[in-house]
Amino acid sequence: MLIVAGFFLASCAATKTEEGGNVDAASTSASSSSGGEITAGTQEDLIVNVGDRVFFEFDSSELTVDAQATLDAQAAWLTQYPDTNITVEGHADERGTREYNLALGDKRAFSVYSYLAQAGIDTNRMEYVSWGKERPEVIGSDETAYSQNRRGVTIVSN
Amino acid sequence: MIKKILLILFFSLNANAALEVTIAQGKVEPTPIAITKIFGADSDTARYGNTLRQIINNNLTNSGLFYTVNEDLYIQSDNLVEKVPRFEDWKLIKAQFLLSADVSKTDKGIRLRMRLYDVFNAKEIEKLQLTIPDENLIRRVGHTVSDIVYERITGETGYFDTRIVYVSEIGPLDQRVKRLAIMDQDGHLDSHQFLTDGKNLVLTPRFAPNNQTITYMEYKNNLPRVYIYNLKTGEREIVGDFPGMTFAPRFSPDSQSVVMSFSDPNNAANSEIYSMDLNTRSRLRLTNDSGIDTSPSFSPNGEKIVFNSDRGGSPQLFIMDKNGDNIKRISKGRGVYGNPVWSPRGDLIAFTKLTQGNFHIGVMDTNGNNERVIVRDFSLESPAWSPNGRYLIFHRQKRSNLDGTGGEVSIHFIDITGYNERVIPTPRDGSDPAWSPLL
Repeated sequence: MLIVAGFFLASCAATKTEEGGNVDAASTSASSSSGGEITAGTQEDLIVNVGDRVFFEFDSSELTVDAQATLDAQAAWLTQYPDTNITVEGHADERGTREYNLALGDKRAFSVYSYLAQAGIDTNRMEYVSWGKERPEVIGSDETAYSQNRRGVTIVSN
Repeated sequence: MIKKILLILFFSLNANAALEVTIAQGKVEPTPIAITKIFGADSDTARYGNTLRQIINNNLTNSGLFYTVNEDLYIQSDNLVEKVPRFEDWKLIKAQFLLSADVSKTDKGIRLRMRLYDVFNAKEIEKLQLTIPDENLIRRVGHTVSDIVYERITGETGYFDTRIVYVSEIGPLDQRVKRLAIMDQDGHLDSHQFLTDGKNLVLTPRFAPNNQTITYMEYKNNLPRVYIYNLKTGEREIVGDFPGMTFAPRFSPDSQSVVMSFSDPNNAANSEIYSMDLNTRSRLRLTNDSGIDTSPSFSPNGEKIVFNSDRGGSPQLFIMDKNGDNIKRISKGRGVYGNPVWSPRGDLIAFTKLTQGNFHIGVMDTNGNNERVIVRDFSLESPAWSPNGRYLIFHRQKRSNLDGTGGEVSIHFIDITGYNERVIPTPRDGSDPAWSPLL
């Protein structure tokens, strides 16, 4: 079992990602290896040593102070590994219409994308996409799940 | 195409004035109708007759405006297509209307003859004969007859010979596989067909008013864009070449353009409403605001668009001219509004509203007055109108749990009076229903 550290304290969400529960092709953590060394510059490295995601308030795409700290660390990491490209996914909780949440997810993804761009990451290395409320991280109809699902996730795409 | 076949072969000799049952707001007492056995001389035609009778019976009963008098009570058991009914016998069992029909084989195909009688006035009020080339059209014949009976007795346009396109769902809630699917409005399994294979996520299908195509959103190569699906050829075509996400599409009433949201990377990925002419491929930006603008829906005369925007802080409903002028907020109540859909009659707008932890589906006048809630539950979404503007379909989703259970989602039908809700059956879970115009 990997040690979950740093910004990433939400154990259920973290465990899930490490088990490869996410279907979005790029985010499947094929690199998970029980007990093995973490390869630098991989998604696993990002998750464990930096934090792959930021969380948003209800109906907001503004980056919180915590989120900005995570993204500062991500920017440093991306600078350290200049060959990595990323896709930023924006997600929403289920308490909104499908269409509004697609729009909100895109604004969230763009907030992350543009923060990283302003931190000096070349936009040629980055893409972003909204999944609206279609790909929850945590299943459940309560605020615990919703707060984990209102997120922007950075996925290493190469 | 099928419509044409039916029209050519139709002959309806009746020209009496429509006998109307007044439909006021509120609960309607269903009209009792008797439907005789639909007679067939051989095993094939008898089987067609059974199928037709079942379809007609279900359609009329499901409308909430009719109930069929129990067959066990019928005193007269004859074929009443060529024979005048003994009206006293039908009056005795309180059937207000009486439908009789038979099916036979002719050299042109399968022929249906139908008679509709007004029992209390002891007269024939509708007479119909139609021929179809083969049994593949039997279900459509049943729907067509249902429409004629419904229209004749209620004075309203029917809605039975129509289809529903929706999103079929299966799998864990965080890895949902979604496919476009289409079926008759009654959800009968024989009419059900998948349109996409589930490889790509698909959302929010809507019919073109000309019934030829569907517009929807698909994540092809993980790029969420609006597409058009051609129902005849099965071909899919992207709508426009946009450098960011396009979504929430709907056709204009003339089927010539699509309105949708575009999230422009050069505009901080903020969603604005665009209209795209499908012939010239020219695009027109209709909104320009720092808030999210989405879920546009045309008025049936094509002059106005109702949409969802959070420009005032929280998501509300607005209307504007078709060119984007004269934007005006119409939602007045408390809560978070979404999904506005203009009624095909033009008089009402259906919407969702989230307030006090529950979703509501309601209708309001086009200026936002007279808002009333039709149905309320934890999760309701995607209202769509019947082509006659009397009913709504929508989806209802159950709460989900941390262990992955729950979250079942199904398609429901309801009268806009709030009565007569029922599930429209689908082979898997179903969401995002949209209703075709009359075929």
